[in-house]
Amino acid sequence: MAGPVVLGLLMVILPAFGYLPAVGREEFSTLPWRDLFSAPGIHRSALLSLVSGLVTPIIALTIVMLFLAGISGSKFDRLIRRLVSPLLAIPHAAAAFGLAFLIAPSGFIARLVSPVLSGWQRPPDLFIINDPLGLTMMAGLVTKEIPFLLLMALAALPQLDPGRRVMMARSLGYRPVLAWLFTVAPALYPMIRLPLFAVIAFASSVVDVAIILGPGLPATLSVRILGWFSDPDLSLRLMASAGAILQVIISLTAIACWLLLEKVVGHLWRYWTARGQRRRFNGLLLISGRIGMTVTVMLLSASVSVLAINAFAGPWRFPASLPASWTWQHWANTASNLVTPVANTLLISITATAIALVLVLATLENEQRHGKSRFTALWLLYMPLLVPQVAFIFGLVVFTETMTWQPGTWLVVVGHCVFVIPYVFLTLSEAFRRLDPRWVHMARSLGASPNRIFWRIRLPILLGTALTASAIGVAVSVGQFLPTQLLGAGRVPTVTTEAVALASGGSRNVIAVWALLQSLIPAAGFILALTIPRLLWRKRRAMQESA
Amino acid sequence: MNEHYLELRDLSISLAGRTLINVDTVVRGGEVLTVMGPSGSGKSTLLAAIAGFLPADFTMQGEVWLDGKRIDPVPAEQRGVGLLFQDPLLFPHMSVAGNLRFAMPAAEQDKTERLKAQLDEMNLGGFSDRDPATLSGGQKARVALLRLLLSQPRAVLLDEPFAKLDTHLRNDIRRQVFARLSQAALPCLLVTHDAEDAAAAGGPVIELAI
Repeated sequence: MAGPVVLGLLMVILPAFGYLPAVGREEFSTLPWRDLFSAPGIHRSALLSLVSGLVTPIIALTIVMLFLAGISGSKFDRLIRRLVSPLLAIPHAAAAFGLAFLIAPSGFIARLVSPVLSGWQRPPDLFIINDPLGLTMMAGLVTKEIPFLLLMALAALPQLDPGRRVMMARSLGYRPVLAWLFTVAPALYPMIRLPLFAVIAFASSVVDVAIILGPGLPATLSVRILGWFSDPDLSLRLMASAGAILQVIISLTAIACWLLLEKVVGHLWRYWTARGQRRRFNGLLLISGRIGMTVTVMLLSASVSVLAINAFAGPWRFPASLPASWTWQHWANTASNLVTPVANTLLISITATAIALVLVLATLENEQRHGKSRFTALWLLYMPLLVPQVAFIFGLVVFTETMTWQPGTWLVVVGHCVFVIPYVFLTLSEAFRRLDPRWVHMARSLGASPNRIFWRIRLPILLGTALTASAIGVAVSVGQFLPTQLLGAGRVPTVTTEAVALASGGSRNVIAVWALLQSLIPAAGFILALTIPRLLWRKRRAMQESA
Repeated sequence: MNEHYLELRDLSISLAGRTLINVDTVVRGGEVLTVMGPSGSGKSTLLAAIAGFLPADFTMQGEVWLDGKRIDPVPAEQRGVGLLFQDPLLFPHMSVAGNLRFAMPAAEQDKTERLKAQLDEMNLGGFSDRDPATLSGGQKARVALLRLLLSQPRAVLLDEPFAKLDTHLRNDIRRQVFARLSQAALPCLLVTHDAEDAAAAGGPVIELAI
């Protein structure tokens, strides 16, 4: 997986120093860099990206850790756990649109409190969406990254036996939340560090969410790079390449700042732990974790609901909480434009996921059969998630142009695979490796060949997990904006590219139709992934329990 | 039919340079060799080595011969060595019949009729389509035994096969298992820490120390 990333990065370094034969530039120079640094507001753009790359993970990690510290198996906890995967499946762009429709001055929340509570007869003149500080963008990122980090943490936790650690600390007089924070959190942190770095890289370089919720003048660095790259004036590409390198530097700086922060917090933690403080703030920490998680879940669920309302809304004057009437009109108007993007989305996501599934299963099966050392270089697999997309995808585009490969659906599929494979691997590998080896031993002692065992024993037993991994793969693919836009040269429309394209100036109702569709496709995937095993194994009790 | 026999020729298993087990013996068809020892003495590792599942950290020296053929270099599924664990390990996604059919050699004729006859003989008539998860402990143990026999092994390894059964069932199942195995005239190797198992098996006993 590191291959395309390294290739992409290499192919962006040359143009950054003035070498791009495709547009007739063959002399090395630092001109692109001078152009880049004299672009208006470039420093502010870079700073916005850096701050977003730090604030997002700090808030998301704090909320996830505090929530986990307070987990006690209550109904509330179970509800959150059950909601994590479906919430994770909502594509970033759809969640961002939903959030925009929710908190905009003329959005749902403002309507709910108007005119009775707020006294607003017209939408207030507030700069909430696209605010110059990027606060809304960061809020959108935080709500989307929390389910991701939570899922990663929940997957890692069982290995730590948190129950016993907490019990031990409580028997020494520590209140439950503090007991968790002092005994479980330090062990959990290293296990979610890589996903956390992925969050930092993502938040500092995101494109679609920044277009929808982020500041306009100047926009974040990644959005501006995309603008330069898509400019009809091809010479701007040199500057865009320099910008892509700057983007990598920004994301690395964010990670470096994080490492520094890690050291500081580590010291503080040891200091607090050594002081033996057992009681104070227990309640406060518990409450803040719960509130943070509740707000996140409510924001995400409300976002999707607001999308649904907008997609079916008839006339809807401002202070009214709900539309005056409901209509299919927006769907009917969009219907003729929907067919190709929906077909493309399905084709690309299903193909990319199928390829990813075959490759991942083959790798894991091979590892089992030959008892080879586990594929431990996780950071290699994570590389596409750790390096900013804007940086290496541009390089890949330059590469495909150099090879005179035609941009199109197949190139997009390959591009999506780069992102789908890591997620499919991460979802499937643990279950695959943890499958009780005695099933396989038993089958072999009954005379079954390794191939027969794979098809008849291993795959059926792991069917549920494989389907979940596929659903995640489809969700990841559907959500991809940049690889689709760039590797398809804008000629492979998907529901995501269409929705993002409407961000500036599209009617709310039409955007809602697209964003809702964008969420429905992954949701359908998850529903299938849950339903198929239930139907298939409806007469197999042991399989129902494990599903 | 030729008599089956299992030979362990100067077989020794070691972990990190320390020898855990050293055996040199022959088990004749219908005979049960019992290996007794506390947990950690490596008795299950011995079975894993013979069946072909020795974990990579262990090293094995010596040879394993079955019916006059050396089997230790052969892949596990071609050794003809059947296993019975303390858990019945019925494949959870297959019916009872599915489990049994999975074990039958592909070339076998009249599978359905044979299955039915065998199930009846085991007092499991009418259980074909049942979900293994809905069977009682004793029924599961009998299906596991039947599955083992249907795979037509030439030797059988038993790893504490009765340890998880209730006391009242244990004697009953133990009797059935040993009766069927001796009827099939198979060489058997039993590892256990239960002296009653050894007594019921009625064969020679090897005691392992830690």
